[in-house]
Amino acid sequence: MAFKDYDFNDTYFATFDDEKALVTKDIQVYYGDNHAFHDGNLSFSRNKITALIGASGSGKSTYLRCLNRMNDDVARVTGQIMYRGMNINSSDVNVYEVRSHIGMVFQRPNPFAKSIRENITFALKQHGLKNKSELDKRVEESLRGASLWDEVKDRLDKSALSLSGGQAQRLCIARAIAMKPDILLMDEPASALDPISTKNIENTLNQLKKDYTIIIVTHNMQQASRISDYTSFFHLGHALEFDRTERIFTNPHVKATEDYISGNFG
Amino acid sequence: MNPKIANKIADAVIYILVAIVVIILALLIGFILITGIPHISWHFLTSVSQSFSAGGGIRDQLFNSIYLLILTLIISFPIALGSGIYLAEYAPKNWFTSLIQTAIEVLSSLPSIIVGLFCYLLFVIEFQLGFSILSGAIALTFFNLPLLTRSIQESLESVPDLQRQAGASLGLSRWKTITGIIFPIAIPGIITGIILSAGRVFGEAAALIYTAGESAPAISYSNFNPFNPASFLNPMRPAETLAVHIWKVNTEGVTPDASQISSGSSAVLIIVILIFNLGAHYLGKHLYDKMTASK
Repeated sequence: MAFKDYDFNDTYFATFDDEKALVTKDIQVYYGDNHAFHDGNLSFSRNKITALIGASGSGKSTYLRCLNRMNDDVARVTGQIMYRGMNINSSDVNVYEVRSHIGMVFQRPNPFAKSIRENITFALKQHGLKNKSELDKRVEESLRGASLWDEVKDRLDKSALSLSGGQAQRLCIARAIAMKPDILLMDEPASALDPISTKNIENTLNQLKKDYTIIIVTHNMQQASRISDYTSFFHLGHALEFDRTERIFTNPHVKATEDYISGNFG
Repeated sequence: MNPKIANKIADAVIYILVAIVVIILALLIGFILITGIPHISWHFLTSVSQSFSAGGGIRDQLFNSIYLLILTLIISFPIALGSGIYLAEYAPKNWFTSLIQTAIEVLSSLPSIIVGLFCYLLFVIEFQLGFSILSGAIALTFFNLPLLTRSIQESLESVPDLQRQAGASLGLSRWKTITGIIFPIAIPGIITGIILSAGRVFGEAAALIYTAGESAPAISYSNFNPFNPASFLNPMRPAETLAVHIWKVNTEGVTPDASQISSGSSAVLIIVILIFNLGAHYLGKHLYDKMTASK
Protein backbone atom coordinates (compact mmCIF):
# COMPACT_ATOMS: atom_id res chain seq x y z
CA MET A 1 0.00 0.00 0.00
CA ALA A 2 1.49 3.28 -1.01
CA PHE A 3 0.93 6.38 1.02
CA LYS A 4 -0.34 9.57 -0.49
CA ASP A 5 2.35 12.20 -0.84
CA TYR A 6 2.35 14.64 2.00
CA ASP A 7 4.44 17.75 2.43
CA PHE A 8 6.77 17.17 5.38
CA ASN A 9 6.93 20.95 5.81
CA ASP A 10 3.20 21.08 6.42
CA THR A 11 3.48 20.78 10.19
CA TYR A 12 1.77 22.19 13.23
CA PHE A 13 3.19 22.16 16.74
CA ALA A 14 0.99 23.73 19.39
CA THR A 15 2.85 25.09 22.42
CA PHE A 16 1.61 25.03 25.97
CA ASP A 17 3.22 26.79 28.90
CA ASP A 18 2.96 23.99 31.45
CA GLU A 19 6.02 22.47 33.09
CA LYS A 20 8.04 20.22 30.79
CA ALA A 21 9.51 16.89 31.87
CA LEU A 22 11.41 16.26 28.67
CA VAL A 23 12.23 18.35 25.62
CA THR A 24 13.83 17.04 22.45
CA LYS A 25 15.59 19.29 19.96
CA ASP A 26 16.37 18.32 16.42
CA ILE A 27 16.54 14.53 16.96
CA GLN A 28 17.83 12.65 13.91
CA VAL A 29 18.20 8.86 13.76
CA TYR A 30 20.46 7.07 11.28
CA TYR A 31 20.69 3.34 10.69
CA GLY A 32 23.98 3.28 8.81
CA ASP A 33 23.34 5.58 5.82
CA ASN A 34 19.59 5.38 6.22
CA HIS A 35 18.21 8.59 7.72
CA ALA A 36 15.30 6.93 9.54
CA PHE A 37 13.93 9.77 11.61
CA HIS A 38 14.01 13.52 10.97
CA ASP A 39 13.83 16.63 13.10
CA GLY A 40 12.27 15.44 16.34
CA ASN A 41 11.28 18.64 18.17
CA LEU A 42 8.71 17.74 20.80
CA SER A 43 8.10 18.74 24.42
CA PHE A 44 6.46 16.50 26.98
CA SER A 45 4.47 18.05 29.81
CA ARG A 46 4.96 16.84 33.36
CA ASN A 47 2.34 14.42 34.74
CA LYS A 48 0.51 14.23 31.44
CA ILE A 49 0.08 11.39 29.00
CA THR A 50 1.35 12.11 25.51
CA ALA A 51 0.43 9.66 22.76
CA LEU A 52 2.55 9.15 19.66
CA ILE A 53 0.37 7.88 16.83
CA GLY A 54 1.02 6.98 13.23
CA ALA A 55 1.15 4.04 10.84
CA SER A 56 3.72 1.26 11.01
CA GLY A 57 7.07 2.63 9.88
CA SER A 58 6.21 6.17 10.91
CA GLY A 59 9.22 6.28 13.25
CA LYS A 60 7.25 6.69 16.48
CA SER A 61 8.88 3.70 18.20
CA THR A 62 12.29 4.67 16.87
CA TYR A 63 11.83 8.14 18.31
CA LEU A 64 10.54 6.80 21.64
CA ARG A 65 13.55 4.51 22.04
CA CYS A 66 15.89 7.48 21.67
CA LEU A 67 14.46 8.98 24.83
CA ASN A 68 16.07 6.45 27.17
CA ARG A 69 19.01 5.71 24.86
CA MET A 70 17.78 2.24 23.88
CA ASN A 71 18.94 2.92 20.33
CA ASP A 72 22.56 3.26 21.43
CA ASP A 73 23.69 -0.08 20.02
CA VAL A 74 21.65 -0.10 16.84
CA ALA A 75 21.55 3.44 15.50
CA ARG A 76 23.25 6.83 15.55
CA VAL A 77 21.14 9.48 17.24
CA THR A 78 21.98 13.17 17.02
CA GLY A 79 20.26 16.16 18.58
CA GLN A 80 19.49 17.08 22.16
CA ILE A 81 17.25 15.44 24.73
CA MET A 82 16.90 17.90 27.60
CA TYR A 83 16.02 16.40 30.96
CA ARG A 84 16.40 18.44 34.15
CA GLY A 85 18.56 20.92 32.29
CA MET A 86 20.94 18.28 31.00
CA ASN A 87 21.36 16.87 27.51
CA ILE A 88 21.00 13.14 28.13
CA ASN A 89 21.83 12.32 24.53
CA SER A 90 25.41 13.33 25.19
CA SER A 91 27.94 10.51 25.12
CA ASP A 92 29.43 11.40 28.50
CA VAL A 93 26.12 10.94 30.31
CA ASN A 94 25.78 7.80 32.45
CA VAL A 95 23.23 5.90 30.41
CA TYR A 96 22.39 3.51 33.28
CA GLU A 97 21.53 6.48 35.45
CA VAL A 98 19.36 7.91 32.66
CA ARG A 99 17.40 4.68 32.38
CA SER A 100 16.74 4.56 36.09
CA HIS A 101 14.99 7.95 35.71
CA ILE A 102 13.25 7.15 32.44
CA GLY A 103 11.61 3.73 32.57
CA MET A 104 10.27 1.71 29.70
CA VAL A 105 7.50 -0.83 29.08
CA PHE A 106 7.69 -2.88 25.89
CA GLN A 107 5.15 -4.10 23.37
CA ARG A 108 5.35 -7.74 24.45
CA PRO A 109 5.31 -8.47 28.16
CA ASN A 110 8.86 -9.49 29.09
CA PRO A 111 8.96 -10.46 32.75
CA PHE A 112 12.19 -12.04 33.91
CA ALA A 113 12.26 -15.80 34.53
CA LYS A 114 12.23 -15.11 38.24
CA SER A 115 9.63 -14.88 40.97
CA ILE A 116 7.12 -12.03 40.89
CA ARG A 117 8.91 -10.45 43.84
CA GLU A 118 12.37 -10.77 42.28
CA ASN A 119 11.15 -9.24 39.04
CA ILE A 120 10.69 -6.05 41.01
CA THR A 121 13.58 -6.28 43.46
CA PHE A 122 16.34 -7.49 41.11
CA ALA A 123 17.10 -4.11 39.56
CA LEU A 124 16.51 -2.27 42.85
CA LYS A 125 19.15 -4.41 44.55
CA GLN A 126 21.59 -3.76 41.70
CA HIS A 127 21.04 -0.05 42.19
CA GLY A 128 22.01 -0.39 45.83
CA LEU A 129 18.73 -0.86 47.73
CA LYS A 130 19.42 -3.68 50.21
CA ASN A 131 17.05 -3.03 53.12
CA LYS A 132 14.57 -5.91 53.26
CA SER A 133 11.59 -3.98 54.62
CA GLU A 134 12.16 -1.15 52.16
CA LEU A 135 12.28 -3.70 49.32
CA ASP A 136 9.04 -5.29 50.53
CA LYS A 137 7.46 -1.85 50.67
CA ARG A 138 8.52 -1.10 47.11
CA VAL A 139 7.14 -4.44 45.92
CA GLU A 140 3.73 -3.70 47.40
CA GLU A 141 3.66 -0.05 46.32
CA SER A 142 4.62 -0.78 42.76
CA LEU A 143 2.26 -3.73 42.41
CA ARG A 144 -0.55 -1.59 43.80
CA GLY A 145 0.45 1.17 41.41
CA ALA A 146 0.15 -1.24 38.52
CA SER A 147 -3.21 -2.55 39.87
CA LEU A 148 -1.78 -6.04 40.23
CA TRP A 149 -1.36 -6.37 44.00
CA ASP A 150 -4.71 -8.02 44.77
CA GLU A 151 -4.20 -10.65 42.11
CA VAL A 152 -0.68 -11.71 43.12
CA LYS A 153 -0.21 -10.81 46.79
CA ASP A 154 -0.55 -14.48 47.83
CA ARG A 155 1.95 -15.79 45.33
CA LEU A 156 4.77 -13.27 45.24
CA ASP A 157 7.38 -16.02 45.29
CA LYS A 158 5.86 -17.93 42.39
CA SER A 159 7.36 -17.63 38.94
CA ALA A 160 6.33 -14.53 36.98
CA LEU A 161 6.04 -16.77 33.93
CA SER A 162 2.84 -18.21 35.41
CA LEU A 163 1.02 -14.88 34.94
CA SER A 164 -1.40 -14.22 32.09
CA GLY A 165 -0.34 -11.80 29.34
CA GLY A 166 -2.22 -8.87 30.86
CA GLN A 167 -0.91 -9.59 34.35
CA ALA A 168 2.63 -10.01 33.03
CA GLN A 169 2.40 -6.62 31.31
CA ARG A 170 1.19 -4.98 34.53
CA LEU A 171 4.09 -6.66 36.31
CA CYS A 172 6.41 -5.04 33.76
CA ILE A 173 4.78 -1.70 34.56
CA ALA A 174 5.24 -2.39 38.28
CA ARG A 175 8.88 -3.31 37.64
CA ALA A 176 9.40 0.00 35.82
CA ILE A 177 7.71 2.19 38.45
CA ALA A 178 9.47 0.40 41.33
CA MET A 179 12.58 2.29 40.19
CA LYS A 180 10.64 5.50 40.94
CA PRO A 181 11.36 7.00 37.54
CA ASP A 182 10.18 10.45 36.45
CA ILE A 183 9.08 9.40 33.04
CA LEU A 184 7.55 6.19 31.69
CA LEU A 185 8.01 5.32 28.04
CA MET A 186 5.51 2.82 26.69
CA ASP A 187 5.92 1.15 23.34
CA GLU A 188 2.43 -0.10 22.38
CA PRO A 189 2.01 -1.70 25.81
CA ALA A 190 -1.45 -3.12 25.12
CA SER A 191 -1.18 -4.19 21.51
CA ALA A 192 -0.50 -7.85 22.38
CA LEU A 193 -3.34 -8.03 24.91
CA ASP A 194 -7.04 -8.84 24.82
CA PRO A 195 -9.64 -6.03 25.29
CA ILE A 196 -10.18 -6.65 29.01
CA SER A 197 -6.47 -6.62 29.78
CA THR A 198 -6.16 -3.53 27.59
CA LYS A 199 -8.83 -1.78 29.63
CA ASN A 200 -7.00 -2.73 32.84
CA ILE A 201 -3.77 -1.28 31.48
CA GLU A 202 -5.51 1.94 30.42
CA ASN A 203 -7.08 2.34 33.88
CA THR A 204 -3.64 1.78 35.37
CA LEU A 205 -2.13 4.49 33.17
CA ASN A 206 -4.80 6.95 34.25
CA GLN A 207 -3.86 6.26 37.87
CA LEU A 208 -0.16 6.55 37.16
CA LYS A 209 -0.24 9.97 35.55
CA LYS A 210 -0.64 11.57 38.98
CA ASP A 211 2.99 10.65 39.64
CA TYR A 212 4.58 10.09 36.27
CA THR A 213 5.00 11.70 32.91
CA ILE A 214 3.92 9.09 30.37
CA ILE A 215 4.82 8.93 26.71
CA ILE A 216 2.98 6.15 24.92
CA VAL A 217 3.27 4.85 21.39
CA THR A 218 0.06 3.34 20.12
CA HIS A 219 -1.49 2.04 16.92
CA ASN A 220 -4.88 2.27 18.46
CA MET A 221 -6.45 5.70 17.90
CA GLN A 222 -9.34 5.04 20.27
CA GLN A 223 -6.80 4.25 22.93
CA ALA A 224 -4.93 7.48 22.25
CA SER A 225 -8.12 9.50 22.43
CA ARG A 226 -9.28 7.74 25.60
CA ILE A 227 -6.16 8.10 27.70
CA SER A 228 -3.88 10.84 26.44
CA ASP A 229 -3.78 14.59 27.10
CA TYR A 230 -1.57 15.39 24.15
CA THR A 231 -1.06 13.62 20.88
CA SER A 232 1.61 13.80 18.24
CA PHE A 233 1.14 12.42 14.75
CA PHE A 234 4.10 10.73 13.05
CA HIS A 235 4.50 9.90 9.37
CA LEU A 236 7.43 8.28 7.52
CA GLY A 237 10.06 9.34 10.00
CA HIS A 238 8.68 12.83 10.66
CA ALA A 239 6.62 14.24 13.51
CA LEU A 240 4.02 16.33 11.68
CA GLU A 241 1.66 17.59 14.33
CA PHE A 242 1.43 18.06 18.09
CA ASP A 243 -1.60 19.33 19.95
CA ARG A 244 -4.14 18.60 22.65
CA THR A 245 -5.61 15.17 22.03
CA GLU A 246 -9.18 16.39 21.54
CA ARG A 247 -7.99 18.94 18.98
CA ILE A 248 -6.00 16.31 17.07
CA PHE A 249 -9.05 14.08 16.88
CA THR A 250 -11.64 16.78 16.14
CA ASN A 251 -9.87 19.56 14.36
CA PRO A 252 -6.36 18.73 13.17
CA HIS A 253 -4.35 21.39 11.34
CA VAL A 254 -2.30 19.12 9.13
CA LYS A 255 -3.79 17.34 6.14
CA ALA A 256 -1.89 14.08 6.82
CA THR A 257 -3.20 13.93 10.40
CA GLU A 258 -6.74 14.53 9.24
CA ASP A 259 -6.49 11.78 6.63
CA TYR A 260 -4.98 9.38 9.14
CA ILE A 261 -7.60 9.81 11.84
CA SER A 262 -10.45 9.74 9.34
CA GLY A 263 -9.12 6.63 7.64
CA ASN A 264 -8.42 8.24 4.26
CA PHE A 265 -4.79 7.51 4.56
CA GLY A 266 -2.84 5.94 1.72
CA MET B 1 -2.18 -38.90 -2.70
CA ASN B 2 -4.53 -37.31 -0.24
CA PRO B 3 -3.08 -35.39 2.71
CA LYS B 4 -4.41 -37.87 5.24
CA ILE B 5 -2.55 -40.82 3.74
CA ALA B 6 0.59 -38.74 3.20
CA ASN B 7 0.49 -37.74 6.83
CA LYS B 8 0.09 -41.34 7.97
CA ILE B 9 3.07 -42.44 5.87
CA ALA B 10 5.20 -39.61 7.24
CA ASP B 11 4.22 -40.52 10.80
CA ALA B 12 5.04 -44.17 10.20
CA VAL B 13 8.47 -43.37 8.73
CA ILE B 14 9.33 -41.11 11.66
CA TYR B 15 8.25 -43.77 14.18
CA ILE B 16 10.30 -46.43 12.41
CA LEU B 17 13.41 -44.23 12.39
CA VAL B 18 13.01 -43.46 16.08
CA ALA B 19 12.46 -47.15 16.80
CA ILE B 20 15.70 -48.03 14.98
CA VAL B 21 17.65 -45.57 17.13
CA VAL B 22 16.06 -46.81 20.34
CA ILE B 23 16.60 -50.48 19.42
CA ILE B 24 20.29 -49.95 18.60
CA LEU B 25 20.79 -48.09 21.85
CA ALA B 26 18.91 -50.70 23.89
CA LEU B 27 20.81 -53.57 22.27
CA LEU B 28 24.19 -51.94 22.88
CA ILE B 29 23.56 -50.96 26.48
CA GLY B 30 21.76 -54.24 27.16
CA PHE B 31 24.62 -56.30 25.76
CA ILE B 32 27.25 -54.40 27.73
CA LEU B 33 25.27 -54.58 30.96
CA ILE B 34 24.26 -58.24 30.61
CA THR B 35 27.78 -59.43 29.84
CA GLY B 36 29.38 -57.08 32.33
CA ILE B 37 27.24 -56.96 35.46
CA PRO B 38 27.93 -60.60 36.52
CA HIS B 39 31.60 -59.65 36.82
CA ILE B 40 31.01 -56.62 38.99
CA SER B 41 31.54 -57.25 42.67
CA TRP B 42 32.53 -55.20 45.65
CA HIS B 43 35.97 -56.78 45.37
CA PHE B 44 36.18 -55.78 41.68
CA LEU B 45 35.37 -52.16 42.48
CA THR B 46 37.66 -51.82 45.49
CA SER B 47 40.85 -53.69 44.64
CA VAL B 48 43.80 -52.66 42.51
CA SER B 49 44.36 -54.05 39.05
CA GLN B 50 46.69 -56.97 38.42
CA SER B 51 49.06 -57.20 35.48
CA PHE B 52 49.63 -60.93 35.36
CA SER B 53 47.36 -62.78 37.76
CA ALA B 54 43.58 -63.09 37.81
CA GLY B 55 41.29 -61.33 40.26
CA GLY B 56 42.38 -57.73 39.64
CA GLY B 57 40.01 -54.84 40.24
CA ILE B 58 39.52 -51.36 38.84
CA ARG B 59 39.57 -49.18 41.94
CA ASP B 60 42.22 -46.75 40.74
CA GLN B 61 41.02 -46.64 37.14
CA LEU B 62 37.49 -45.79 38.26
CA PHE B 63 38.74 -43.03 40.52
CA ASN B 64 41.11 -41.72 37.83
CA SER B 65 38.26 -41.41 35.32
CA ILE B 66 36.22 -39.33 37.73
CA TYR B 67 39.17 -37.25 38.91
CA LEU B 68 40.19 -36.59 35.31
CA LEU B 69 36.67 -35.41 34.51
CA ILE B 70 36.71 -33.03 37.45
CA LEU B 71 40.13 -31.62 36.54
CA THR B 72 39.15 -31.27 32.88
CA LEU B 73 35.98 -29.39 33.80
CA ILE B 74 37.90 -27.13 36.18
CA ILE B 75 40.22 -26.17 33.31
CA SER B 76 37.75 -26.08 30.44
CA PHE B 77 34.52 -24.76 31.95
CA PRO B 78 35.75 -21.25 32.84
CA ILE B 79 37.41 -20.85 29.43
CA ALA B 80 34.32 -22.13 27.63
CA LEU B 81 32.04 -19.94 29.74
CA GLY B 82 34.07 -16.85 28.92
CA SER B 83 34.29 -17.54 25.22
CA GLY B 84 30.64 -18.65 25.04
CA ILE B 85 29.52 -15.41 26.67
CA TYR B 86 31.79 -13.40 24.41
CA LEU B 87 30.55 -15.08 21.23
CA ALA B 88 26.88 -14.89 22.21
CA GLU B 89 26.70 -11.45 23.77
CA TYR B 90 29.66 -9.30 22.79
CA ALA B 91 31.17 -10.47 19.51
CA PRO B 92 30.29 -8.29 16.51
CA LYS B 93 28.78 -10.26 13.65
CA ASN B 94 31.63 -10.08 11.16
CA TRP B 95 34.13 -12.26 9.30
CA PHE B 96 36.47 -12.46 12.26
CA THR B 97 33.78 -13.86 14.55
CA SER B 98 32.73 -16.44 11.99
CA LEU B 99 36.41 -17.36 11.57
CA ILE B 100 36.60 -18.04 15.30
CA GLN B 101 33.39 -20.08 15.11
CA THR B 102 34.80 -22.18 12.29
CA ALA B 103 38.07 -22.67 14.14
CA ILE B 104 36.18 -23.93 17.17
CA GLU B 105 34.26 -26.40 15.03
CA VAL B 106 37.46 -27.64 13.39
CA LEU B 107 38.94 -28.17 16.84
CA SER B 108 36.04 -30.46 17.76
CA SER B 109 36.57 -32.65 14.70
CA LEU B 110 40.32 -33.19 15.17
CA PRO B 111 41.16 -36.91 15.46
CA SER B 112 41.85 -37.66 19.09
CA ILE B 113 45.08 -39.51 18.32
CA ILE B 114 46.45 -36.30 16.72
CA VAL B 115 45.53 -34.23 19.75
CA GLY B 116 47.04 -36.91 21.99
CA LEU B 117 50.36 -36.89 20.13
CA PHE B 118 50.41 -33.08 20.02
CA CYS B 119 49.85 -32.86 23.76
CA TYR B 120 52.45 -35.58 24.29
CA LEU B 121 55.08 -33.56 22.42
CA LEU B 122 54.15 -30.20 23.89
CA PHE B 123 53.07 -30.86 27.47
CA VAL B 124 54.50 -34.27 28.38
CA ILE B 125 57.92 -33.74 26.77
CA GLU B 126 58.51 -30.04 26.14
CA PHE B 127 56.89 -28.65 29.30
CA GLN B 128 58.02 -31.72 31.25
CA LEU B 129 54.63 -32.43 32.79
CA GLY B 130 55.29 -36.13 32.16
CA PHE B 131 52.57 -38.73 31.90
CA SER B 132 50.13 -37.19 34.33
CA ILE B 133 46.47 -36.53 34.99
CA LEU B 134 47.22 -32.88 34.33
CA SER B 135 48.56 -33.62 30.84
CA GLY B 136 45.49 -35.77 30.25
CA ALA B 137 43.16 -33.04 31.46
CA ILE B 138 44.83 -30.52 29.15
CA ALA B 139 44.47 -32.89 26.19
CA LEU B 140 40.80 -33.48 27.00
CA THR B 141 40.26 -29.73 27.30
CA PHE B 142 40.92 -29.57 23.55
CA PHE B 143 37.90 -31.81 22.97
CA ASN B 144 35.81 -30.27 25.67
CA LEU B 145 36.19 -26.63 24.70
CA PRO B 146 34.32 -26.75 21.37
CA LEU B 147 31.40 -28.73 22.80
CA LEU B 148 31.11 -26.59 25.90
CA THR B 149 31.67 -23.25 24.16
CA ARG B 150 29.13 -24.11 21.50
CA SER B 151 26.47 -25.24 23.94
CA ILE B 152 26.97 -22.24 26.22
CA GLN B 153 26.85 -19.88 23.24
CA GLU B 154 23.72 -21.49 21.83
CA SER B 155 21.88 -21.58 25.13
CA LEU B 156 22.63 -17.89 25.71
CA GLU B 157 21.59 -16.98 22.17
CA SER B 158 18.29 -18.81 22.55
CA VAL B 159 17.22 -16.43 25.33
CA PRO B 160 14.89 -13.82 23.74
CA ASP B 161 16.34 -10.36 23.16
CA LEU B 162 13.36 -8.89 25.00
CA GLN B 163 15.00 -10.04 28.24
CA ARG B 164 18.16 -8.08 27.44
CA GLN B 165 16.09 -5.01 26.57
CA ALA B 166 14.16 -5.34 29.83
CA GLY B 167 17.45 -5.44 31.73
CA ALA B 168 18.82 -2.44 29.85
CA SER B 169 15.62 -0.44 30.35
CA LEU B 170 16.01 -0.84 34.12
CA GLY B 171 19.46 0.70 34.05
CA LEU B 172 21.31 -2.61 34.47
CA SER B 173 24.71 -2.96 32.86
CA ARG B 174 25.06 -5.49 30.09
CA TRP B 175 27.23 -7.69 32.32
CA LYS B 176 24.67 -7.66 35.14
CA THR B 177 21.89 -8.45 32.67
CA ILE B 178 23.85 -11.41 31.33
CA THR B 179 24.86 -12.87 34.70
CA GLY B 180 21.64 -12.13 36.58
CA ILE B 181 18.92 -12.56 33.97
CA ILE B 182 20.16 -14.33 30.84
CA PHE B 183 22.46 -16.92 32.42
CA PRO B 184 19.86 -18.55 34.73
CA ILE B 185 17.54 -19.13 31.77
CA ALA B 186 20.40 -20.76 29.89
CA ILE B 187 21.38 -23.21 32.65
CA PRO B 188 19.56 -26.30 31.27
CA GLY B 189 21.31 -25.93 27.90
CA ILE B 190 24.66 -25.44 29.58
CA ILE B 191 24.13 -28.60 31.68
CA THR B 192 23.44 -30.52 28.49
CA GLY B 193 26.77 -29.29 27.14
CA ILE B 194 28.59 -30.42 30.27
CA ILE B 195 26.98 -33.87 30.03
CA LEU B 196 27.96 -34.22 26.37
CA SER B 197 31.53 -33.21 27.06
CA ALA B 198 31.70 -35.45 30.13
CA GLY B 199 30.70 -38.42 27.98
CA ARG B 200 33.64 -37.61 25.78
CA VAL B 201 36.01 -37.47 28.76
CA PHE B 202 34.80 -40.80 30.19
CA GLY B 203 35.00 -42.50 26.83
CA GLU B 204 38.26 -41.08 25.50
CA ALA B 205 41.20 -43.48 25.27
CA ALA B 206 43.45 -42.64 22.32
CA ALA B 207 44.41 -39.14 23.46
CA LEU B 208 45.00 -40.31 27.02
CA ILE B 209 47.43 -43.11 26.17
CA TYR B 210 50.03 -40.46 25.31
CA THR B 211 49.19 -37.98 28.04
CA ALA B 212 47.75 -39.51 31.20
CA GLY B 213 49.58 -42.74 30.50
CA GLU B 214 48.72 -46.41 30.77
CA SER B 215 49.98 -47.14 34.23
CA ALA B 216 48.22 -46.92 37.56
CA PRO B 217 50.87 -46.74 40.28
CA ALA B 218 49.78 -47.56 43.78
CA ILE B 219 48.15 -44.57 45.42
CA SER B 220 46.87 -43.89 48.90
CA TYR B 221 43.32 -42.66 49.46
CA SER B 222 44.17 -41.45 52.93
CA ASN B 223 46.88 -39.06 51.76
CA PHE B 224 45.16 -35.74 51.08
CA ASN B 225 48.29 -33.79 50.23
CA PRO B 226 48.03 -33.14 46.48
CA PHE B 227 51.79 -32.51 46.31
CA ASN B 228 52.68 -35.93 47.66
CA PRO B 229 53.39 -38.35 44.76
CA ALA B 230 51.51 -41.14 46.52
CA SER B 231 48.39 -39.05 47.13
CA PHE B 232 45.25 -39.87 45.15
CA LEU B 233 44.79 -36.12 44.65
CA ASN B 234 48.21 -35.57 43.07
CA PRO B 235 47.56 -34.28 39.54
CA MET B 236 51.13 -35.00 38.45
CA ARG B 237 50.97 -38.80 38.77
CA PRO B 238 50.39 -41.04 35.76
CA ALA B 239 46.85 -42.26 35.73
CA GLU B 240 45.22 -44.94 33.64
CA THR B 241 41.50 -44.34 33.22
CA LEU B 242 38.76 -46.91 32.86
CA ALA B 243 38.50 -46.48 29.10
CA VAL B 244 42.27 -46.83 28.67
CA HIS B 245 42.20 -49.87 30.94
CA ILE B 246 39.53 -51.52 28.78
CA TRP B 247 41.63 -50.84 25.72
CA LYS B 248 44.77 -52.19 27.40
CA VAL B 249 43.40 -55.45 28.74
CA ASN B 250 41.87 -56.12 25.34
CA THR B 251 45.03 -55.47 23.36
CA GLU B 252 47.97 -56.37 25.53
CA GLY B 253 46.39 -57.87 28.64
CA VAL B 254 48.02 -61.10 29.79
CA THR B 255 45.82 -61.76 32.82
CA PRO B 256 43.75 -64.94 32.43
CA ASP B 257 40.53 -63.05 33.23
CA ALA B 258 41.12 -60.20 30.74
CA SER B 259 37.78 -60.58 29.00
CA GLN B 260 35.85 -60.61 32.29
CA ILE B 261 37.70 -57.47 33.44
CA SER B 262 36.94 -55.81 30.14
CA SER B 263 33.22 -56.67 30.30
CA GLY B 264 32.93 -55.64 33.92
CA SER B 265 34.80 -52.37 33.32
CA SER B 266 32.58 -51.53 30.34
CA ALA B 267 29.46 -52.05 32.40
CA VAL B 268 30.87 -49.92 35.23
CA LEU B 269 31.76 -47.19 32.74
CA ILE B 270 28.23 -47.15 31.32
CA ILE B 271 26.69 -47.08 34.79
CA VAL B 272 28.98 -44.23 35.91
CA ILE B 273 28.07 -42.22 32.81
CA LEU B 274 24.36 -42.82 33.45
CA ILE B 275 24.71 -41.77 37.09
CA PHE B 276 26.64 -38.66 36.06
CA ASN B 277 24.05 -37.70 33.44
CA LEU B 278 21.10 -38.15 35.78
CA GLY B 279 22.93 -36.35 38.58
CA ALA B 280 23.85 -33.43 36.32
CA HIS B 281 20.26 -33.16 35.06
CA TYR B 282 18.94 -33.23 38.60
CA LEU B 283 21.43 -30.64 39.84
CA GLY B 284 20.80 -28.45 36.80
CA LYS B 285 17.06 -28.59 37.30
CA HIS B 286 17.44 -27.81 40.98
CA LEU B 287 19.68 -24.84 40.20
CA TYR B 288 17.34 -23.62 37.44
CA ASP B 289 14.27 -23.88 39.66
CA LYS B 290 16.05 -22.05 42.43
CA MET B 291 17.27 -19.22 40.22
CA THR B 292 14.06 -18.78 38.24
CA ALA B 293 11.53 -19.51 41.03
CA SER B 294 9.82 -22.17 38.91
CA LYS B 295 8.64 -25.35 40.55
